[in-house]
Amino acid sequence: MLSRRFLLKSAAMAACSAAAHPLMSTITFASVPGDNRLVVIVLRGAMDGLDVVQPYGDPGLRALRRSLSPGPDQGAIDLDGFYALHPALSPLLPLWQAGELGFAHAVATPYRDKRSHFDGQDVLEAGSGNDVPVDVRRGGWLNRLLQAMPGVQAETAYSVGSEQMLILSGQARALSWAPDARLALSAQAQLLLDAVYHDDPLFREAAADAAEIGLDLGSDGRSRGQTGVRLARFAADRLNGETRIAAFSLSGWDTHARQGAVLGRTLGGLAETILALKERLGPNWGRTTVLALTEFGRTARENGSAGTDHGTGGAMLMAGGAVRGGRVHADWPGLADDALYQQRDLMPTRDVRAYAGWAMRGLFGTAPGLIEDTIFPGLDLGPDPRILR
Amino acid sequence: MTPDFPHLAAIRLGYGLSPLTPAPADPQAVLRSVPEAAAPDGWTTPMATDAQRQFAASRRQRNAGEIDTEEFRRIQSDLNHQRLSVLQRRVARAVDAPAGFGERLVQFWTGHFATVARNAPGHIMSGAMVDEAIRPHLNGHFADLLFAADTHPMMLNYLNQSGSVGPRSVFARRRPERALGLNENLAREALELHSLGVSAAYSQADVRELAELLTGLTYDQRKGRHYRPDAAEPGAETVLSESYGGPGTSGMDEIRRVFGNLARHPATAAHLSRKLAIHFAADDPPPDLVAALEAVWLETGGDLAQVNGALVSHPVLAANLRAKARQPFDFLVTALRALGLDGAAILALDPKRANQALWHPLTAMGQPFAQPRGPDGWPELAAAWITPQMLAARIGWALSQPARLCDALPDPRELVETALGPAASGALRWAVPKAENAREGVAIILASADLNRR
Repeated sequence: MLSRRFLLKSAAMAACSAAAHPLMSTITFASVPGDNRLVVIVLRGAMDGLDVVQPYGDPGLRALRRSLSPGPDQGAIDLDGFYALHPALSPLLPLWQAGELGFAHAVATPYRDKRSHFDGQDVLEAGSGNDVPVDVRRGGWLNRLLQAMPGVQAETAYSVGSEQMLILSGQARALSWAPDARLALSAQAQLLLDAVYHDDPLFREAAADAAEIGLDLGSDGRSRGQTGVRLARFAADRLNGETRIAAFSLSGWDTHARQGAVLGRTLGGLAETILALKERLGPNWGRTTVLALTEFGRTARENGSAGTDHGTGGAMLMAGGAVRGGRVHADWPGLADDALYQQRDLMPTRDVRAYAGWAMRGLFGTAPGLIEDTIFPGLDLGPDPRILR
Repeated sequence: MTPDFPHLAAIRLGYGLSPLTPAPADPQAVLRSVPEAAAPDGWTTPMATDAQRQFAASRRQRNAGEIDTEEFRRIQSDLNHQRLSVLQRRVARAVDAPAGFGERLVQFWTGHFATVARNAPGHIMSGAMVDEAIRPHLNGHFADLLFAADTHPMMLNYLNQSGSVGPRSVFARRRPERALGLNENLAREALELHSLGVSAAYSQADVRELAELLTGLTYDQRKGRHYRPDAAEPGAETVLSESYGGPGTSGMDEIRRVFGNLARHPATAAHLSRKLAIHFAADDPPPDLVAALEAVWLETGGDLAQVNGALVSHPVLAANLRAKARQPFDFLVTALRALGLDGAAILALDPKRANQALWHPLTAMGQPFAQPRGPDGWPELAAAWITPQMLAARIGWALSQPARLCDALPDPRELVETALGPAASGALRWAVPKAENAREGVAIILASADLNRR
């Protein structure tokens, strides 16, 4: 079996031509038994589900939005006669046609009303109920999934990244990584520094991890483009090895103004990221499920800056060879004024955690009781939406 | 050994010790650094506006073939050098300040009222916000600081206020084809992040009404920040049960009044006392300190001079030395001071060297200058900064930059004393003389937890 050190070193070499922005891009990994793979992408900033998957068949949409979500007449791609896909996701159309791309609409976490990004993301990653303070010791839901799985290797958990992904933090050790590497520090200085750090666990462990993976001590921190693609390639390389769960985040979804331009760019990045995963995973794409989740949706109405403000219900994207795609799952609430949540937001009709719960049930055989009690406390899984093949 | 007040004050409230200046003798000396931080670095909104115009015009002229690529590059590179100057002046001020507490407050409040500079003109505007909104109010009432920061052009642009128009305003109704309307971004963050805090008892309706009250407040390149009654939502608005605006009131006065009431609100006192205690004392804030700051805040209606006074003289500062990790900006300034450099040396760095020594390292250490990830500013927890990657960047800086910045490297055995004095740990004193060379000895001191914590 390959040692952890070898894996880390080879990963470092694979990535040494590409430097990543240390704040924006951390990938978190864990390896679990079995062949199925789960990739969770956290879309930070609140993606506008009504623009990404446009319910143009609902007559309420035009009354709410003048320029945004214009439907198939204005370039969006008709999916099924009711929903249309944002044109910036057109590179993913072949996946939709192959049944490897789907969506859940009118979904939300249990977080409500204050519409704070930061609390919303905490709730999304903690997998907890509404207004439950995020408990660092309980960590994120992917970590609780790991704790609940038999045969997880003790040493797979490892933290190296720059930005912490709460979603995979917790008691089970999980490897975390930002793709950027190379090395220089004399052996003596290294030993002395070890001694200086010895009584400070935070510095001691960070330095030990940095030395073990050979981080570049002369890095100037410059980064160049295509963050998502780099993260995806890196994640795919790990997933082709022993890793079975990967999580990372993409930013740029907070479209308060000029949403047409801003969202198009960000969605283009998401499409490239998913295609990079598919390409790099090769045959393993067939056993992979990608879930892209966001902290909440945005206002149903367009605001005064051709953008949207913080809302409630939104959409989740699912992709992968393991996904039974080609459909938009939704119990559609409608867009009439009195159908909106607080007369302003898309009404969530299903807890987005239910989709993630059913995905882990299908991928890893996790028991429903464990999902409802421990991984997503307080969740009612409800009927199986059958999102996997 | 417990360090005495001067050492504690320099390490915990300032940017560490410097061989060039004595540590502050008493709390009064620490507090004198606050009015000293009021003077501007030299950035103004008109300078930023000119830079924006130049930036846009050069693109237009290049695309129209009016200037060649070389001329375009020269203009862009001039603007980029100004962007570096914003950082260099900020660092130089902090390096030179004898007590440093005032400059630390500049960083704290700039992070509290976080904005993101997205290009060179944005960095100049961000510098202007520090000069025009933050520095003048460090020792004043929080009401004035809150008003100045949340109505500064940098903030109005960053949180989309300039595009927020009252849906029933005259301006919007005359242009139905443009579908003008509210943008809630500034109103939400003003409540959630800048004043009351997310756990306070306010509602979506308060956010909405505050957003309506703020309509009319806008910035454009021609007129600067101004209030446009024709874009304001007509009628009164209710924020936290208090009515604002409506017939016979002045828009800007009412905006000032709502910020004043928010500044004095008990939830704001609690939120900001806690935040100050977390920033200056410990990630897990000492309840005594939070209570002391909160009491002063409530009693004085948010008089920051009094709050600053309560902070610097609180005994808890002696109790939990090194509970905090220095953020990267703080680390760089502390290291530069420890090396015996002065502000003039920082200002003298040419653009290439300023990038190598300051700009890129801040990014690698996780704190790209004036570009926090979002409006919630920089994280406070030590674990957010001392990750393998970011610590590697600190070690790398400590290894490579001092030799390039100093004419002659200090003797590491002396540097331990000048940089940390009685606060140096036994392990560091043991390790430093064993380094193979001065370069590594200096690196070990600057990379130590002793120096990277405060």
